[in-house]
Amino acid sequence: MSGIGWWGVPVAVLAGAIRVSTPFLFVSLGELVTEKSGRVNLGLEGTLVMGAMSGFAIAWLTGSPWLGVLAAALVGALLGVLHAAICSLPRVNPIAVGIAMMLFGTGLAFYLGKPFIEPKAPELPALDLGFWSTSPAIRSALRVNALFFIGVALAPALVSMLRNSGTGLVLRMVGDSEDAARAMGYSPRLVRLAATAFGGAMAGIGGSFLSLYYPGSWNEGLSSGQGITAVALVIFARWNPMGCLWASLLFGGAGALGPALQAIGVTGFYHLFNALPYMVTLLIMIVSCSPDRTLAGAPGELSITR
Amino acid sequence: MRLVRLAEAAAPPLVALLATVAAFALFLLAAGADPLRAYGLIYLGAFGTWFSWQNTLVRAAPLLLTALGMALPAQIGLIVIGAEGGFVAGGVAAIAAGLPLAALGLPAVAVLTGMALAGMATGAALVAACGALRHWRGVNETISSLLIAYISIAVCDQLVEGAMRDPASLNKPSTRSLPDALMLGTIPGTNVHLGLVLGLIFCVLAYVFVFHTTWGFAARVVGANARAGRLVGLPVGRLILIVTALAGAATGLAGMVEVAAVQGAASADLAVGYGYTGILVAFLARQNPLAVIPVAVLMGGLEASGGLLEQRLQLPDATITVLRGLLFIMLLASETLQGRLRLTLRPRAPRAAPEPVRPAHAGGA
Amino acid sequence: MASGSGFSRRAVLAGLGVGTAGLVAGPLAGRQARAADKAVVGFIYVGTANDYGYNQAHAEGAAAVRKMQGVTVLEQARVPETVAVQNTMDGMINLDGASILFPTSFGYFDPFVLRLAKSKPKVQFLHAGGLWKEGEPLNAHSYFGFISQAVYTAGIVAGHMSKTKKLGFVAAKPIPQVLRNINAFTLGAQSVDPSISTTVVFTGDWFLPVREAEAANSLADQGADVLTCHVDSPKVVMETAEKRGIFCTGYHTNQAVLAPKAYLTGAEWNWTGLYPRLVGDLIAGKTLPNMIRGGFREGFVRNSAYNAIVPEAARKQADGVRAQFMAGNFAVFKGPLKDNKGNTVIGAGTTVDEFDLVLEQMNYLVAGVIGSTS
Repeated sequence: MSGIGWWGVPVAVLAGAIRVSTPFLFVSLGELVTEKSGRVNLGLEGTLVMGAMSGFAIAWLTGSPWLGVLAAALVGALLGVLHAAICSLPRVNPIAVGIAMMLFGTGLAFYLGKPFIEPKAPELPALDLGFWSTSPAIRSALRVNALFFIGVALAPALVSMLRNSGTGLVLRMVGDSEDAARAMGYSPRLVRLAATAFGGAMAGIGGSFLSLYYPGSWNEGLSSGQGITAVALVIFARWNPMGCLWASLLFGGAGALGPALQAIGVTGFYHLFNALPYMVTLLIMIVSCSPDRTLAGAPGELSITR
Repeated sequence: MRLVRLAEAAAPPLVALLATVAAFALFLLAAGADPLRAYGLIYLGAFGTWFSWQNTLVRAAPLLLTALGMALPAQIGLIVIGAEGGFVAGGVAAIAAGLPLAALGLPAVAVLTGMALAGMATGAALVAACGALRHWRGVNETISSLLIAYISIAVCDQLVEGAMRDPASLNKPSTRSLPDALMLGTIPGTNVHLGLVLGLIFCVLAYVFVFHTTWGFAARVVGANARAGRLVGLPVGRLILIVTALAGAATGLAGMVEVAAVQGAASADLAVGYGYTGILVAFLARQNPLAVIPVAVLMGGLEASGGLLEQRLQLPDATITVLRGLLFIMLLASETLQGRLRLTLRPRAPRAAPEPVRPAHAGGA
Repeated sequence: MASGSGFSRRAVLAGLGVGTAGLVAGPLAGRQARAADKAVVGFIYVGTANDYGYNQAHAEGAAAVRKMQGVTVLEQARVPETVAVQNTMDGMINLDGASILFPTSFGYFDPFVLRLAKSKPKVQFLHAGGLWKEGEPLNAHSYFGFISQAVYTAGIVAGHMSKTKKLGFVAAKPIPQVLRNINAFTLGAQSVDPSISTTVVFTGDWFLPVREAEAANSLADQGADVLTCHVDSPKVVMETAEKRGIFCTGYHTNQAVLAPKAYLTGAEWNWTGLYPRLVGDLIAGKTLPNMIRGGFREGFVRNSAYNAIVPEAARKQADGVRAQFMAGNFAVFKGPLKDNKGNTVIGAGTTVDEFDLVLEQMNYLVAGVIGSTS
């Protein structure tokens, strides 16, 4: 009763969906809120890497992984504020600022992160949902990190926040029509600042998941574009938080398929299997987009959809 | 008057440069390094000796072309960030064409021309696909170009380590190598390969295309306002295809140069980030194909000097990345000063509200 | 400036450049009298120097060279396998006066080291990889260790510790040196129990932490209870084994601190032993061979200390084989040997010496390995 053979594939895809999806989930939910305010932040890749580094560093220095997550969120929010502040200057292109922030965040994280490559930080706690099973594979797949649950709970919470709350209304108004928001007495600049700071904080938390849980160490190869891919997932999810959840799970599961197939002896074409998540995303974007109508759910002020 | 305007246009970037120098000096002080010494080393490593100059120019050569992969679509209002994909695919296509041509015993000029055409066609197809998807399917080109880049790099890795792999390339899987006699040579008297010249030519041609042809003018009209362009009957779809194809051709040519002048064969090591650095260069050049030239040289110089900071000041290897990020942010922020710094008193020209996607132009027009 | 043609003008310009360099760097502090140095030695790494893996092994070697009297060491990390490495080496020679260079990544050799070695005949290039061929420049040297010997002994320990009789191997790419290690690991384990199998997962590149974690978890899911790897930084695989409550054997350098319960032993490079020797020989004016290779016997590789839980029987067998390697009368690859498609790859009665270049062309996985080479 050792390996689980072909059953390993669905189990690994499920486990991958849970393990690998969490950073995508946090970054995409954060970016969704930012984009709802009418601003794109492509710099979340840098924020994610910075969050991974600072979260790890603080967790190691203080011995508390949750303090690390908090620090990652703060650093992320700070980078978000910086992005928003520069973008609020007239005639500054937010997409370009995003790319610049990506470079700056990554560079800063690599620079400051050198002393933290070797140490081992305490790990974030996980819930053992597979206690009923005797199979170590299933038990491991169902060892689910607390951050995953927070992310999953956040998706419907954001749906209701956007739909029903005053905050959500203001956010959507700023995102759909700056003039209308101004006429109602709200400052688009401040609302966007807050929304971008929130997006940055979420991306920071997403990064801390990488360094504090899975794979659970800080190094310079930690992010292979998760931050930037998550921005793509928001468009893919049609600015719907539940869509972000499904898209992240799909993405995580697709990424786990390649290694899982190899582990049961299906080798070959692993480079293509590794690119599977990108192919799926592109394909669905091609199928679901249309030139004739504005994307349903897309904020009117959002430059990326114009 | 023209000089005054040029000075006014150049003033914001200079302000940004000074601000970066000051901010990075503070950063170095915080790191316990001597900023004066660091700047001295950066100058030495980038431009201080003839050797440094060659090092800088070799690093600048691919950036000239990959930057066009971003700067050309920007004219028509598209933000394409997939130059890395065009670069890798162009390199692989170039060697795929070059090996059989070499086997035919053709002269070097013919083989290299064939390789360049294959690389350019492949890059053009990839980037034009993003333009087509944008125009006919409404797929966001920024995201699709990135996804297509990831996918094409994976396909290329599969090819060079699978079907196209030279069985004799044992521990570094790669395609068969171009014979040395057919490699793209160097500029006489230097170590700098001719790819630099190709890049310079392409930049000048792109500039002429953008600012001195009807097609370029039409593209810029569409870039400023797509709806207006459609209203006056411009063939928006065709324009997008042409411009993105040209951009892709530039990235593909950069890949061909990397194979034909530097690596000699295609391997997974083609994807080392020239495409992404090109994005930075294009933005710093404010999407102007001529301005790409000095910016690429500056960027090449910064990269060339990174090693000295690491070896002599014991600074981490990411120090130059931090400097590049700072410079990028400051330059973008300085765009806000554009048109506000005035050296003479004259009436303010009315300005249209800025288009969010539209990257601003330098004063080439 | 690019108009200069002919050697003399370049030489003059270079001379001017050195003058400028003195002006710029001179008053600002710094380099002590270079003339007193016996040698300036440059080390170039493809990744971060503290990766618990390939690059750290080299950096530890560099640290040992740094301790030598009168030797200045230059280091540069994260240099990609492009023209960047050629320029980095050229910079170390031109601007810092390096006379011995250690370009430590595989892909640096052809064409970059070869190209520069031709134009800088007075500089000695010591490349890690064992790639030098007849006809290539004589000041280019390529060294490599038969780490598959140390992987074999680690395989013996893995064979003793595995209960499921399934081992897992996370590998970057199916290239000869990786295949050699996978095979050696499997043969070592099979020397304990012939029914043992090894499953391989290729990640596609040398440093992909998240994918390595996925691969390690997938292997654990399939029942592998001892993992090892051949990627640049084994950290993630070791930590995953620890988390999953299974065992692992290390690679490149010692990772015991990362997985105190899981880490049985490991196959390590002994660059700290080799590098000072090579540099010392060069300073003493000796000529080094162009291919410098060796295993246990020559002091190129070693094993990590055993974990306390490794039983006596396992230690005894592994130590015994290592002693035979030291004495030079043990071979990892000997006939009859079949690959995992059933073909005979080494005939009965044939023993392949470690130095035999045929091993550098290995393109098969031995029977008992689950996976394919493409």
